[in-house]
Amino acid sequence: MSVIVFADTRGEKVAKSALETLTYGRKLASKDGTSLTLVTFGDASAERLAALDTNKVVVARNIGDADSQQLTRLVADVATKEGAKWIVFSHDDTGKAVAPRVGAKLNAGEVAGAITLPNDQGLIKRNVFSGKAQAWVELKTPVKVISLLPNSIPVEAVSGTATVEEYSGDLGAAKVTVKEVRKAGEGIPLPEAEIVVSAGRGMKGPENWGMVEQLAKELHAATACSRPVADMDWRPHHEHVGQTGIAIRPNLYIAIGISGAIQHLAGVNGSKVIAVINTDPEAPFFKAADYGIVGDAFEVLPKLIEAAKKLNAER
Amino acid sequence: MKILVLISHVPDTTARIAFTNDNTAYDASGIQFIVNPYDEWYALVRGLELKEAQGGTVTTITVGGAETDPTIRKALAIGADDAVRIDTAPKDGHDVAAQVAAYAKDKGFDLILAGKETIDHNGSQVGPMLAEMLDLPFISLAGKLDVADNKATAERDVRGDVEVLECALPLVVSCAKGMAEQRIPNMRGIMAARTKPLQVVPAAATEALSTTVKFELPPPKQAVKMIPAEEAGKLIELLHSEAKVI
Repeated sequence: MSVIVFADTRGEKVAKSALETLTYGRKLASKDGTSLTLVTFGDASAERLAALDTNKVVVARNIGDADSQQLTRLVADVATKEGAKWIVFSHDDTGKAVAPRVGAKLNAGEVAGAITLPNDQGLIKRNVFSGKAQAWVELKTPVKVISLLPNSIPVEAVSGTATVEEYSGDLGAAKVTVKEVRKAGEGIPLPEAEIVVSAGRGMKGPENWGMVEQLAKELHAATACSRPVADMDWRPHHEHVGQTGIAIRPNLYIAIGISGAIQHLAGVNGSKVIAVINTDPEAPFFKAADYGIVGDAFEVLPKLIEAAKKLNAER
Repeated sequence: MKILVLISHVPDTTARIAFTNDNTAYDASGIQFIVNPYDEWYALVRGLELKEAQGGTVTTITVGGAETDPTIRKALAIGADDAVRIDTAPKDGHDVAAQVAAYAKDKGFDLILAGKETIDHNGSQVGPMLAEMLDLPFISLAGKLDVADNKATAERDVRGDVEVLECALPLVVSCAKGMAEQRIPNMRGIMAARTKPLQVVPAAATEALSTTVKFELPPPKQAVKMIPAEEAGKLIELLHSEAKVI
């Protein structure tokens, strides 16, 4: 019996979301008095994997993230051999594809987008209605699958000395293959950003985004936008946050010239702190904000950039 | 090409969120229901575009009671050829996927499209669970989808990069922003939808693997702290020293 954590450990450093799932898995394992096994894939070095806080690492070197059937076979096989009671994923691009499949394959209930550990009754909380409410979910099956919403629990990193095992089972051929990867340009990818500077129609035109980008640069933030701005092609579609774009949960969301329609709020209401700058004191966004400035973006932004530069110079 | 589009019946994006029966059920009284936006704007419309360009049929499938019929008719008005409703109240994501799988398993669909999630349960579960139950490949969160020579090409944003993926049909795709533009049904479509086939299918024997025991509303937000525009720079200081987020 053990707890299985599936995490993507590719790339130069282990993503924060992977460390969060490890923290979550370790807490489940210590509660149940069992061991923790990490299942991963790709190119991470054995030394780096061994240093993570887990008893054992099983790594499948020859597969990628594109084919969810291969990843499902991998996780289900390890989970079955270990007699796992809990299987933990991150609710990210890969986890959203693999966790439900593993649940269906093993006939295991899944909590999608969990935000808490199980409480004393074994109930787990998740966001519903696009963050406007929360639900306590009970899983009725002996094997339970969790996909953990990023930025829901603090990382408690401890170093370990795990044994690393190369996976040798047959995962079948990949049916979904990667034809091409177009690398993103400069800047921080929006879903992973801890700070996001977002702007809307109040900026009056795409030519005025220089100030938004400059503030984002000073704050080491990603840039985002509202739906009308993406629809008018002032900004690329992947920057659109909201009900029909992407939902984000940064530590800080700064909204400039965005009124705060309910559909926009649905994409950002998981942010820890929200600061709103708008000319209209009646803008609904102020009701959802922690900090507010009633003022013109073209006057406020230069002051913010100046203050951010000053802060950067001091630290 | 035979296309199946999963259509979920959800409260409107601006609907009041409140609960009833000791916070165990959504209070749907007086609420307007719509086609889940991801199912409609992206999955259904892209399915119709592919059909219009290459021939074939678009069938929609919904798990729900008769109260979902107006939502299904809306999907038909937008342009789907026919609709299937599995006549049962959905119990959880696994149950919905199992119901759809029981219907679709021997129908020979080439492409099954779902929205990336519903705006009520936000689970992103049904598409990948259905793919697993039908033993089909799955592409998640696609922002672009094309089909040529029995092969699908899709694009998705992963960690800020764009992945271009290929997969032979049949497969299941979950659809995200970028895939298509919203279509407003015209009068002809609305009239035609009234007589398009809506087949009501009895539910398969399935079980829920999870239960939502209780809902709750998030704690109310503390009052916003306002900063005068002349002293805007103070916001940065407060975010640093008070909120400790920068």
